[in-house]
Amino acid sequence: MEADVADRTTLPRLLLCNAREFADRPAIREKDRGIWQSWTWRQYHDQVRDFALGLAALGFRRGDRLSIIGDNRPRLYAAQLAAQALGGVSVAVYQDSIAKELAYVWNHAEVSMIVAEDQEQVDKILALRAELPALRVVIYDDPRGLTGYRHDWLRSYSEVQETGRKFGTTSSGYFEAEIDKGKADDVAVICYTSGTTGHPKGAMITHANAIGVAEIFCREAHVKPEDTSLAYLPMAWAGDAVYTLFASLVAGFCANCPESPETVQRDLRELGPTTVLAPPRIWENMLTAIQVRANDATPLKRHTFNLFRSAAERAEILRSEGKAVPPALRLVTALGEFFVYGPVRDQLGLRKAKWALTGGAPLGPDTFRFFRSIGVNLKQVYGSTETSGLVSLQPDTEANPTSAGRPVPGMEVKIADRGEVLVRGCSIFKGYFKNEEATREVIDPDGWFHTGDAGFIDPRGHLVIIDRAKDVGALADGTPFAPQFIENKLKFSPYIREAVAFGNEKPFVAAMIAIDLGTMGNWAERRGLAYTSYMDLSQKAEVRELIAGEIRKGNETLPDATKVRRFLLLTKDLEADDAEMTRTRKVRRRFVAEKYAAVLDAFYRGAREVELTTTITYEDGRQASIQSRVHIEDVERAPVHV
Amino acid sequence: MTSQLEIAEVSKAFGGVQAVTRVSLDVERGEILSVIGPNGAGKTTLLNMISGFYHPDSGRIALDGAEITHVKPSQVAALGVARTFQNIALFRGMTVLENLMLGRHVRMKSGVLSSFVYWGLAQKEEVEHRKRVEDIIDFLRIQDLRRLPTGSLAYGLQKRVELGRALALEPKILLLDEPMGGCNHEEKEDMARFILDVNQEWGTTIILIEHDMGVVMDISDRVAVLDMGQKIAQGTPDEVRANPQVIKAYLGDAKGATNGGRRG
Repeated sequence: MEADVADRTTLPRLLLCNAREFADRPAIREKDRGIWQSWTWRQYHDQVRDFALGLAALGFRRGDRLSIIGDNRPRLYAAQLAAQALGGVSVAVYQDSIAKELAYVWNHAEVSMIVAEDQEQVDKILALRAELPALRVVIYDDPRGLTGYRHDWLRSYSEVQETGRKFGTTSSGYFEAEIDKGKADDVAVICYTSGTTGHPKGAMITHANAIGVAEIFCREAHVKPEDTSLAYLPMAWAGDAVYTLFASLVAGFCANCPESPETVQRDLRELGPTTVLAPPRIWENMLTAIQVRANDATPLKRHTFNLFRSAAERAEILRSEGKAVPPALRLVTALGEFFVYGPVRDQLGLRKAKWALTGGAPLGPDTFRFFRSIGVNLKQVYGSTETSGLVSLQPDTEANPTSAGRPVPGMEVKIADRGEVLVRGCSIFKGYFKNEEATREVIDPDGWFHTGDAGFIDPRGHLVIIDRAKDVGALADGTPFAPQFIENKLKFSPYIREAVAFGNEKPFVAAMIAIDLGTMGNWAERRGLAYTSYMDLSQKAEVRELIAGEIRKGNETLPDATKVRRFLLLTKDLEADDAEMTRTRKVRRRFVAEKYAAVLDAFYRGAREVELTTTITYEDGRQASIQSRVHIEDVERAPVHV
Repeated sequence: MTSQLEIAEVSKAFGGVQAVTRVSLDVERGEILSVIGPNGAGKTTLLNMISGFYHPDSGRIALDGAEITHVKPSQVAALGVARTFQNIALFRGMTVLENLMLGRHVRMKSGVLSSFVYWGLAQKEEVEHRKRVEDIIDFLRIQDLRRLPTGSLAYGLQKRVELGRALALEPKILLLDEPMGGCNHEEKEDMARFILDVNQEWGTTIILIEHDMGVVMDISDRVAVLDMGQKIAQGTPDEVRANPQVIKAYLGDAKGATNGGRRG
């Protein structure tokens, strides 16, 4: 029995459609043994079918949850579709999570089967085995190092597919029949959001959400079956699910998995994908890498690069202001395209990119302008896990560094009192798994999802996000205070990796800064400044002075009342392992304020120094603490004392 | 059945210095055997005699029952014995890939002439060797280093590449001379994992010289202890740990005449 091919209501049905329609076109690729190896849509379908039948033979039933953990690999994507084909739900988890977080998610989701990439991940599960009563089967992809493991609940991926093929011969039509039972309103994936407070919550995304959002995205971003993408962002992140899993099924384009996390930059260049999605951090790293290489080049090359770069930026500024570019400048940029911009895009793997998206956090205007000026069609996108990853997107002609773009068709956006952004549409998730109360808190009876972000709609109709609504407070004198807005201004400095601004109900704004070890270390080396560690470097007088200058620069763009008056440099970076940040690198504000209460106190007491005790959590959960005295610096004028 | 490698009563002197004195050791197929001992105990000399780098003054060494006491290093390698060196011995200007391909040298059959022609046998061979080398690159997780010159790599990674070069030989026996010397904690853990995996996945016999006692006791099936050129103990890690002679060799006797072997 064949499922109805015209039926495109669930992800597994799309797979059946694509296996027919696109048959021998590549569906997903992985670089292995130094060579790009493809599965065609038909092979992809067969892989999913065999694995799904294997899961069925192992007792996977409708509604069961299957988790995946590992780097982006075709077999892990196939495993998700296999679970969904059987009416199950896929739960991807962050591969760098610490044991406690993994145990929480797997238990909360009552995961019965886990597909793990390799020995490293299997070892984590092994260590947690006793705490996971619902877990029945663990399946691994890469057998390396696992031959000596003897557990009746542990199986290799190939073994499961072999079981599936045998099962398929005795019960033919089972796979198609199971897909036939699937409904659009069934939950397809549960994405655990690394909330900034409390335990992670499992956002249930249905097949209707997934396909709805992917269809809108593909239409708005003009995604075609000929497109290619590099699947390198964490599979547990809703963005990867939407882009690599849902959109590739909807549009029929080919997703490509890199060889290893370390080879991403090289694989990107080799592949030259037509669509690129990257968080701000990656764009900033690319720009830094270009600048370092330009500085190391011969004088002639360096001058050529700088000449054309500034010409391109002048032209870009004119274009963004809607003014005409003078003919002389147009000639220079045309030459630059040949000598500089094209080759630079090629080096970065962006030569064939028809668009590039950045989202998740604001990107510095300088970085944004640089990429646009060299001919990368960089645009901002806004979404969250609960909105299946998409609310608004910048059209090609309206790209700019400040807005989050226009709400996409099918999505309604309105601003509630206190400035909170509310969203309604087909991509709003079904609710939090096993947490009705939290669901009711965010989805009101009229179906509006409360994003928790504060923002406004600008005159063009673009959505602009300022901060998390609950973080927006006021200084002692009543001036509105949006900490993230200030932090982002500071983080545009290449030397500042993280910043946490304080000021709610306080007389002025103060900030804790974590320096960027890479760029700051490089800066120190060029000046012959010797240092031993992050802690040592962060407390150098020269470094403090440099950061003070960077903060002054950031302050220039801030209203007078909310300028940063005092700061200190942390002796370690903020880390997700220390629970100071979420896995997607958002500051857990309340936790940090409690942890660094002594610093807060010192800021507003006017102290010049503070005793800092930092607790560090290692990957295996061990803890260590380090004591140090840290300077507090004043920026510009002396702070206003109350 | 005989042991895979039999070392019987071998001795070696350099001028007046007796480096190894009548040491006997049987190495079983598929085991991880560690050779430990204070500095200057004769561990590396023993390894050099197995690999044919030195020939013993007396005694005999047999591989799979066939004597190899006086066989040249290249022939020992061809028989399936590969080694790494205490001080990294890679071609620093060549890429990781080239170094590993060189490791396949003894397995290459096509001669100079057919290599010149390239097409045909030589090309087919090259592809097969490259496949094997890619397996090793995947195994050691060094995909990102493939095209980098080895001289530019961090020390711990060079050690890993050296292990890869030895593995490229498809050895039956792997001799590792301080594979973790100079490595940091994380690099040591990685290396220990790779050694265990090589042993498990390919059944390769491993003879390991290492100073980090934690690692040795963790991953070895058996441990042999040398002191002043003589074997003073042999057995499971637990047996060796409890052996009073070993404790004496490592910590010195009551007179406090320690010999610098405190690194364990």
